[in-house]
Amino acid sequence: MRTGSLSWNQLRTPAVWGVLLVAAVTLTLYASTYSVILITNILLYVILTVSWVLFSAPTGYISLATAAFFGVGIYTSAILGDQLPLPLVILTAAVASFGLAAIVGALTLRLKGVYFCFFTFGLVELIKHVLLWYEVSVTGLRGRFVVSADHITVYYIILAILAVLLLTSYLIRRSRVGLALRSIGESEEAAAHAGINVSAVKTMVFALSAVFVAAAGAAMARRWGYVDPYIAFDYLYSFTAVAMAVFGGVSRFAGPIVGAVAFAYLRELLITRFPYIYMLVMGLVLVVTILFLPQGLIELATKAPWRRLRGPREPA
Amino acid sequence: MSLLNVEGISKHFGGLAAVSRVDLQVSEGEVVGLIGPNGAGKTTLFNLLSGALKPNAGSIRFRGEDITGLKPHQICRKGLARTFQSVKVFGAMPASQNVLAGAIFGNPSQTSLKQAGEEVARQLEFVGLTAQADVPARDLTLANQKRLEMARALATKPALLLVDELMAGLNPTEVAQAMELVAEVRKRGTTVFIIEHVMKAIMNICDRIIVLHHGEKLAEGTPQEIATSRTVVEVYLGE
Repeated sequence: MRTGSLSWNQLRTPAVWGVLLVAAVTLTLYASTYSVILITNILLYVILTVSWVLFSAPTGYISLATAAFFGVGIYTSAILGDQLPLPLVILTAAVASFGLAAIVGALTLRLKGVYFCFFTFGLVELIKHVLLWYEVSVTGLRGRFVVSADHITVYYIILAILAVLLLTSYLIRRSRVGLALRSIGESEEAAAHAGINVSAVKTMVFALSAVFVAAAGAAMARRWGYVDPYIAFDYLYSFTAVAMAVFGGVSRFAGPIVGAVAFAYLRELLITRFPYIYMLVMGLVLVVTILFLPQGLIELATKAPWRRLRGPREPA
Repeated sequence: MSLLNVEGISKHFGGLAAVSRVDLQVSEGEVVGLIGPNGAGKTTLFNLLSGALKPNAGSIRFRGEDITGLKPHQICRKGLARTFQSVKVFGAMPASQNVLAGAIFGNPSQTSLKQAGEEVARQLEFVGLTAQADVPARDLTLANQKRLEMARALATKPALLLVDELMAGLNPTEVAQAMELVAEVRKRGTTVFIIEHVMKAIMNICDRIIVLHHGEKLAEGTPQEIATSRTVVEVYLGE
């Protein structure tokens, strides 16, 4: 029954987000150094996953370019780190990555299905090897040292990037652009004939999603101290982002976040406790999840038994 | 006044001339039928008019403006909308959002989200889908999916609507309802250019019929003229 005052159901989501925000902002006051570093890593994966979902989930274009944009961010930081202040380095990385994604998007987003997927995968390898060739034959460097930053600074930068990303993707989902993206995912042809500028929408959102990945790369490089093309352009980042999104479920806003957090934390736990069988357990967890929760972990939120007892939620 | 003016339009796929040197006019307020045997080039012609394909030769003028070679979304925003032979609704999205996409993106004079919402309600009511507004499009019957496509196209406020086989796969009651819908669309001031295989329907609702055969315009005239034309009968029934 609806009353004049706000019900718990209406307040629950904002309340959860509020608590999470306060806990995240004050984290460095009460958490150990190890926890801050661990949580920075987890938030990094949330950024990679939510950025991937921003474009790929509604449109159905499976991108494996995450590692390319991440690497662009890392190398921007490595090259400009001692010349510019950190915020400007991050901005430069974001702009460079936006430009790269816009060019790649304009050229390749007419490719469909597996062709687009393969092209974006090839992009990671292409940039890696061009960079490797350039470093070896022009600059004579195998890798580069990166100006370091303390882990608290990096944590807050990653947190800020994540906050902007979450806000952006929330607003896009609810906006005209979100409607256009979903229409494109359902039928590109019908979307075009309904007046949607399909190539412009796809290219812009693809480029926008690259911005956050590169910004995160530029910040994280500060913690690593040393990078080379193999570390920076590691295609595992591409696959991990997709796996985490599927693990969490892309049908709801919180799905990819839950997926990335659970996946990253579980991996950390397994690596430290069971270093010899961690991959085995990880694979098992993934297979079982996909078998029993094809819509991802977030399905638990709608399927849980206590939900059934309370009856269906009132429509918003 | 001529709304659509097509001159010498041709489209080749490799060595096959799918549409070959076709001239045609559609005037404001008309319902014009396009018929022909399978493979005659009817849908290809619609694809050329709506921008899905670019012609190899010829020109298309719409409301006095050359639209040859424009992209589909540009043509839609100029007031030329279409539906599809095989339905292309946005399946996972509720019916109302299907129509909303047309109202927001297809109509350049649409200013506010509120206006667009009102337009959606109007079009859903017009095609009789108000009760199904929140149903995912893929759960609608075929007849209703076709009506939904119509509503999405109409929400772009077209001056000319291209309708590609509205009645294929429908039962006799649904065919009658579809015919009524086309008549209503015309009454509301939208010109209709329609491809149809259901002869009873096309003879009833059209002012004029154009016959395509092997990509060429074979005949053109009133339904009576077409029904009694020797050449047309030969094409359909064999010599």
